[in-house]
Amino acid sequence: MVETVICAPVNLPVGPIRRHGIGWWGAGTLIASEGALFAYLLFAYFYTGATAPAGWVLEPSPPLKLALPNTVLLLLSSVAAWWGEQGILKRERARALLGFGAAFLMGAAFISIQLMEWHAKAFGIGTSSYASLYFVTTGFHLAHVVVGLLVLLAIFGWTALDYFSPQRRLVVSAGVLYWHFVDAVWLFVFTTYYLTPYLGFGR
Amino acid sequence: MMQPELRTPTVGIDSVEHAARLLPLWETAPGWKGFFTTVDHKQIGIRYIVTAFVFLALGGVEALLMRVQLAGPNLSVLTPEQYNQLFSTHGMTMIFLYASPILSGFSNYLWPLLLGSRDMAFPRLNALGYWIYLASGLFLYAGFVTGNGPNDGWFNYVPYATRDFNPGLNEDFYALGMVFLGISVTVGAANFIVTAFRTRAPGMSLNRVPILVWGTLTASVANLIVVPAVSLAFFLLWMDRQFGTHFFDPAGGGQPMLWQHLFWIFGHPWVYAIVLPAMGMVSDGLPVFCRRPLVGYSLVALSTVATMIFGFGVWVHHMFATGLPGLGLAFFSAASIAIVLPSAVVVFAWIATIRLGRPVITTAFLFFASMILLFVIGGVSGFMTASVPVDLQLTDTYFVVAHLHYVLIGINVFPVVGAAYFWFPKMTGRLLDEKLGRWNFWTMFIGFNLAFLPMHLTGLLGMPRRVYTYADYGGWGTLNMITSVGSFVFAVGVLLFFVNVIRSLKRGALAGKNPWDAPTLEWSTPSPPPPYNFAVIPTVASRHPLWEGRLGGDGALSSLDRGMMLDHGKETVGTSALDAVPDMVLEMPADSIAPFMLALGLSGLFVGLLLKSWTSVGIGGAIAALAILVWLWPSTELREREPAHG
Repeated sequence: MVETVICAPVNLPVGPIRRHGIGWWGAGTLIASEGALFAYLLFAYFYTGATAPAGWVLEPSPPLKLALPNTVLLLLSSVAAWWGEQGILKRERARALLGFGAAFLMGAAFISIQLMEWHAKAFGIGTSSYASLYFVTTGFHLAHVVVGLLVLLAIFGWTALDYFSPQRRLVVSAGVLYWHFVDAVWLFVFTTYYLTPYLGFGR
Repeated sequence: MMQPELRTPTVGIDSVEHAARLLPLWETAPGWKGFFTTVDHKQIGIRYIVTAFVFLALGGVEALLMRVQLAGPNLSVLTPEQYNQLFSTHGMTMIFLYASPILSGFSNYLWPLLLGSRDMAFPRLNALGYWIYLASGLFLYAGFVTGNGPNDGWFNYVPYATRDFNPGLNEDFYALGMVFLGISVTVGAANFIVTAFRTRAPGMSLNRVPILVWGTLTASVANLIVVPAVSLAFFLLWMDRQFGTHFFDPAGGGQPMLWQHLFWIFGHPWVYAIVLPAMGMVSDGLPVFCRRPLVGYSLVALSTVATMIFGFGVWVHHMFATGLPGLGLAFFSAASIAIVLPSAVVVFAWIATIRLGRPVITTAFLFFASMILLFVIGGVSGFMTASVPVDLQLTDTYFVVAHLHYVLIGINVFPVVGAAYFWFPKMTGRLLDEKLGRWNFWTMFIGFNLAFLPMHLTGLLGMPRRVYTYADYGGWGTLNMITSVGSFVFAVGVLLFFVNVIRSLKRGALAGKNPWDAPTLEWSTPSPPPPYNFAVIPTVASRHPLWEGRLGGDGALSSLDRGMMLDHGKETVGTSALDAVPDMVLEMPADSIAPFMLALGLSGLFVGLLLKSWTSVGIGGAIAALAILVWLWPSTELREREPAHG
């Protein structure tokens, strides 16, 4: 006699608990796709630069005076967002609000400094292929920072409304994950545009 | 008040009361409200299918116009510019607006039924994917009907596509429309991936899913990663055209080859993305009519994945004639030849299935089985062009046109029409007419081969593609006349299919649950299935839950009548990625207007970008942002927040 299997599980979580939920997978696919987008942007940079005559990079020694501290600032904002998320986990709402608020302000400062960078460039978007790539790639990143700020703002507002608990907070974790992604991808952009010329690429 | 975080789902059997509890939870509202807000994967799937077939018909009419122009040498039915827009729009339509969405439509409709689930993982995202597909299709066609269709071929090479050589709005329509459409493909891909890994019925481990799931899953992983390449390429092109950047302009240090790389990094995996799900349809449908399981399930599943992995490394075979270094060409040539291996494994698995089975000749069987032949022909001509010296001779000739039509019609259209004969009864409750079906099949099959088999010769005789007319040279005239006649015969065949669908919707024989005596879960539901698909969540014990007991062996039996009731709300079960062990109760979203509003806002945004109307961009963007906020607002029903708080 063959038996019929019936799956009768006990005590299943109902809806998203902690990070456990399909929303987390959704955030993962979004980040995979966005990560690919930046990979293609950087491919465009390296391919165009590698096939261009010498002197392609318009700034053989890109100034790091603003860019390096700005990079550190963005990374610290990731830490702030993480610290805020821990606040949700520990039921400390004030800490969470402080963390998300600080991350938001640091992200906003990053944008201002990046705009100053843009303003200080001796070239414009139409000067050459290098200039076009520089502005469009950093522009794509800025656009992602803006989206990330809107996400932080939403999380801040929802936390202020006391929506979350250590168990029910997938939205927060997914939003913070996106912010980490926006910051991590900047490291690749920064390395490509600000550091590889020092190694000789495109000079 | 706290909502319980854990619950033990009740296990039971379907009953009138149970169904009466489920129906209002899952049913789409009647009338316009339901039309704009539904998230039911079956309704969305059928919308995809209908829309894609409309585009197939449009693209077909465009092809026929071209075949009239090319029926003889030195004709002037069309002007060169009309011809350019027709062949480009034909390619765009068939490849982007038919071939991919039709497969998304079938998979959207079928997946939750195949997987024993009640909907896709992200039902609202599913609705968004359709609305954006429709909106971007209308956007692209708005260009065409106003005389601004793409006119540089579907792969749109620079410098033809740059502003200096193409000053109209044609390429702006195409560029922005493709970026817009890319959003639809990407969200659809994300949804398929998460659905495949998280919402299978308990017991349906990854080695028990139908091959269609493998095909669409593989295609979706590829799409998720490669669509950004083409979206970026089109965006950069639009920047070059409208904002004076120099990505592709050599005068400004730009690199025209960058276009080709970005396009084909996307384009070649995409070719597999629009055939692998269709091959999956054959792998699942053909064995039903051979009255036995597919031969070599594991090999076929692995070959599907292997094809895509190779598929990421073959894009340069579209660029053999561009003067790239020989070492690079050798690598891509080798990869393009190696990709034959997994394809051959699948072909032999199909042939063995027929050979070892007891074939029942139905229209669906004919479409599935003939596809094997067309696949082999298209595969061999592809194998030929994988060789660099052969390709140098054949590139940009009609040989390549013949090859790509054998691939796209042979491995997409034929399986899709076969799939329509196979699953139409499930979708509508009625069978398509078999007698008309035979006429349908043989007209399409003969017409197709009449049109495209001689075209190989046209290409070998050196006729270049993409010219609006030609001199009567070396027998080109006769061959083209045969192709034109064949194309009209083929079109009649497709028309017969549409006639059959329309007639059978009302008059077809009633199908019942399982007219083909097929083995997979979708055939255990009524035809058409109720909005909630499965009254109780089935437990799966094998690859062929409906054939257990007659396949021999003493394996355990699947449970289809008894299972988790999940009727506390709009719920289904979430399972672990590999073994499909239940690990959560998924709260599913109710119908929502947010996806439609988001698509509407994005439409305003893209129209604004096209016309450089920043007001329209702003308003569209604001509507889109608002729709996203409403969509993502943490909801108590979905257990995204604590009800006690706030």
